[in-house]
Amino acid sequence: MSRRNPVFAMLLGLCPALAVTTRVDNALGLGAVVVLVLALSSLTVSLLGKHVPENLRTPAYIVIIASYVTVVDLFLRAYAPGLSKNLGIFLPLTAVNCLILGRVLIFAQDNPPGASLVDAMKSGFSFFCALVLIALVREVLGAGTITLFAVGPFRGVLVIPLLSENPVRVFGLAAGAFLVAGYLKALYDRLVSDEETGERES
Amino acid sequence: MSYVGIIVTFVFVQNFALNRLLGICPFIGVSRSPGTSLGLGVVITVVSALSALAARTVYHQALLPLGLTYLETVSFVLIAVALVRLLGETVRRASPGLHAVFGGFLPLVTTNCVVLGIALVVVRDGYGAAESIVAGLAAGAGYFLALGLMAALRDSLRKEWVPKPFRGVSITFISAGLMSLAFMAFDRALLKNLFG
Repeated sequence: MSRRNPVFAMLLGLCPALAVTTRVDNALGLGAVVVLVLALSSLTVSLLGKHVPENLRTPAYIVIIASYVTVVDLFLRAYAPGLSKNLGIFLPLTAVNCLILGRVLIFAQDNPPGASLVDAMKSGFSFFCALVLIALVREVLGAGTITLFAVGPFRGVLVIPLLSENPVRVFGLAAGAFLVAGYLKALYDRLVSDEETGERES
Repeated sequence: MSYVGIIVTFVFVQNFALNRLLGICPFIGVSRSPGTSLGLGVVITVVSALSALAARTVYHQALLPLGLTYLETVSFVLIAVALVRLLGETVRRASPGLHAVFGGFLPLVTTNCVVLGIALVVVRDGYGAAESIVAGLAAGAGYFLALGLMAALRDSLRKEWVPKPFRGVSITFISAGLMSLAFMAFDRALLKNLFG
């Protein structure tokens, strides 16, 4: 959780952060997709540099991002059909994730490839952490389980004894997503404002 | 599904902002003032109706016959970009006054989840041309409704005392959560009772 966390500080990429976080494995999956797409797009845009005409920049970047999303989408459909199905339309929607477009427009287009890759990894990782944190809270409270990926004899689901019998179902629903995000944001603001005062608006 | 069914589904039962969790960034970030919400709401409604129709047409007339369905994401994104530019130019030429009011919101809409989301939903659920327009309009209207309610709510919240860490975005999230709970009254059972 960095001070400039994309989800909690800048409110970027909220749709997937709220929508796919009903289960931890979905959050891990989408988080990884975003990190990968962000890194690849940043690298590509940074290498293209100034070759793209000014008025075509945004469309060009969107197409670059959408192409990488398509590649990842096809890859997941072939090798992880379950995850691909769970993510549903939120996987193609990564193409218009404002975090990715934001990093590409603000950072990658004016910076060398190395620095852009580092920046992409940093933002991507904070996004990944935020996603997993929200999912952890929602799944533990909403279903009393932690779903990970099945490896060998491990079935992939950790069951929390008391909670799984009496889960608070609302946390698994859309309403729960907003509530958890609200409380985590308040916690985040509290922690951050302890470090640095001022500058927080509204 | 009947047209009324589609409208009720997209406005209430599966409200894009409150139930499907699409277009949340502007929902939380922009809904600060009623005027802004109005502008964004209108633009999104228009663009999502056009984008639903265009996406459906391109998918069934071009991508499917040519076996290019893997270009779905790229082409839908491009459709949104093209539509927004086209609409911006047309409105600017036809009515500069209207452009002055709504023009500023157009670039915001290019990467809005609602616009791409409705295109994907319409294609995946196999809607016809007229159904797509209705679904697009209804999804936009539902989003508009949520934005409007949110703006009104934030306006009243300004007069209330809110604990310090919750001020601003946090209380907005929580209000949205409660609003989403209220919208759960509209469910599939209600739809079935009303329209069979």
